[in-house]
Amino acid sequence: MRKNIFYFDYASTTPVDPAVIKAMQPYFTKEFGNPSNLYKLGREAKRAVERATIKITEVLNCRPDEFIFTGSATEADNLAIAGTARANCKAGNKIIVSNIEHKAVLSVCKALAKEGFEIVELPVQKNGLVNPEELKNSLDKRTILVSVMYANNEIGTIQPIKEIAKVISEFRKQKVESRSDENSRFYFLDSRFPLFHTDAAQALQFLDCDVNKLGVDLMTISSHKLYGPKGIGGLYARRGVNITPIIYGGGARQLHPGTQNVASIAGFGEAVHLAQKNRKAESVRIKKLRDKLEKGIFKIIPKVVLNGHPVKRLPNSLNISILDIEGEAMLLHLDDKGIMVGTGSACNSESLEPSYVLTALGNPYEYIHGSIRFTLGKYTKDSHVNYVLKTLPGIVSKLRRISPINLELERKEAISQPKAFVGGQTPHFLRKRQHKNK
Amino acid sequence: MKSSIRKKISKNRKPDIINRFTGTKWVYSKTVKSYFFHPRNFLTRDPKKSEFDTEGLVGSPACGDVMRVWLKINPKTERIKNFKWRTFGCASAIAATSMLSVIATEKGGMKIDKALKIKPQDITKRLGGLPDRKIHCSVLGDKALRAALNNWFKKTGQYERVLVEESRILDPNTKTTEADIEEAVIEGADTLEAVQKKTKVGIGYPKCLPGVEELIRFYREKYYGREKR
Repeated sequence: MRKNIFYFDYASTTPVDPAVIKAMQPYFTKEFGNPSNLYKLGREAKRAVERATIKITEVLNCRPDEFIFTGSATEADNLAIAGTARANCKAGNKIIVSNIEHKAVLSVCKALAKEGFEIVELPVQKNGLVNPEELKNSLDKRTILVSVMYANNEIGTIQPIKEIAKVISEFRKQKVESRSDENSRFYFLDSRFPLFHTDAAQALQFLDCDVNKLGVDLMTISSHKLYGPKGIGGLYARRGVNITPIIYGGGARQLHPGTQNVASIAGFGEAVHLAQKNRKAESVRIKKLRDKLEKGIFKIIPKVVLNGHPVKRLPNSLNISILDIEGEAMLLHLDDKGIMVGTGSACNSESLEPSYVLTALGNPYEYIHGSIRFTLGKYTKDSHVNYVLKTLPGIVSKLRRISPINLELERKEAISQPKAFVGGQTPHFLRKRQHKNK
Repeated sequence: MKSSIRKKISKNRKPDIINRFTGTKWVYSKTVKSYFFHPRNFLTRDPKKSEFDTEGLVGSPACGDVMRVWLKINPKTERIKNFKWRTFGCASAIAATSMLSVIATEKGGMKIDKALKIKPQDITKRLGGLPDRKIHCSVLGDKALRAALNNWFKKTGQYERVLVEESRILDPNTKTTEADIEEAVIEGADTLEAVQKKTKVGIGYPKCLPGVEELIRFYREKYYGREKR
């Protein structure tokens, strides 16, 4: 980690751990073989891949052949959703996802909608949690896949995966019992759906990701969120789950063809192993720092709102809205002081739309524009938190002094009324949407 | 942190902001940074009514940008003597208003007629460029300035001058003017969709669209000649 950089964006990416680099090193020059070759160099490379697979599958508590390495967590999400949807389209065409899923999931669903799949985006509650009861109501015979992320990347909210899995497995049982006779020979096929996928890219570092305890059929994980290299991710797919590849090539590995990224795979394995080893101690240490940061900010700065669930939240995550000022301006001021954070403000995004996750929580846009996200990690020290607590109030008051607006904390509902906008205007992104709908 | 260390950091850091999802670069020039980190001519409170001759407002907190400007105008020379502002918005919004205040007041103050003609491009140019998609969204200062001048015309009974400005507005929501359409066409937007992408005209006010289409055709022919069919 560079000195004098106060990195608070670990949910975005993390630096590679020196031990991970050490594990990767041999596979660049010395053991450069292609794992699909039979001779010694190939065998060595294959062994490295196997060792890494075992390190990961031990943590996930699954068989090594149930795990596929992919180029990224995005690719794993795509494979999990498009792959299972296309392979099982005869069983049904409905896919249910939460509306705060990662863009990797939402985007592939959008593409599938064009292929004729029905996508249901389940709205989350105000605290960011999916309501299992609500999910139960939207399940039907045609539902082939449910995807709910384990922990959200923006607000860190942890979803009740076990409860959702229970709802799904009960639904499957019910489906078998209530089957009609003429379809009876297909009942065993029916009983496998809906499949349950979870994106655990953010969760793996802090939470127990035992796939059997969680009761999921598919799980996405990522390397660069837990001090591994970028460009490598993976998908757990329970044995017996049909998946159609989304990329085609030769070799035995049908679902993710292409020469394997041996060095990154070795690094990924080591990173997962290390994360598991240090999980409990790290979680406690980071949570302590996060709580100090959170309490400090709420104490020093007036008019701050917490986004997401206050308790069911990753120990490293803090997403707040600081009213009356804008996130990107805040981000740049913090950057100038060496502090790196994330924001959900529209000004920081490609489409100039505010964060869809924060919008889904039902926050007014005025709040979302002032949102910043602190995510802590391995190299966050007490002194870093102190530095933020010393720096942030000055920046906030500087920006508030030149800001002409003064929102009231209590009137949360009323602000987003059109009449509250200057000149009775509708925000441009809403107008765009309204226009589309016409 | 010691100031020497801080200097070192800012030297090392590259000027780009790179989007998390698309990898697009957001370049902020040195001038933008200077006008953002050290804004000029801003107010830290809302002034009393008597302090300034007129004020203008544009934007909404939900959109992420609000600008208020206050002017002092010399009625004899018709020059802007003082330009103060307050802005809620991102770096480009703050830097752009900051720059506008300098443009309007430098060299003994700008003449009103000239100030009415300030375009977002003029501000962007002086800033040494802004990220493309930020221009029409964040550079609202010229509109706030025109709103303020209009107010002043009304206040001083020069109604004939107000009308000139008002008649140019095609879409009251976005305050898009004929000139905005002309500029969009000059910049290469030759269809309604492309113009909407740039100006957002008519998206919340479809009534004005036929007129806008006609204007696009007019300017397209003016600048690029008749369509070859």
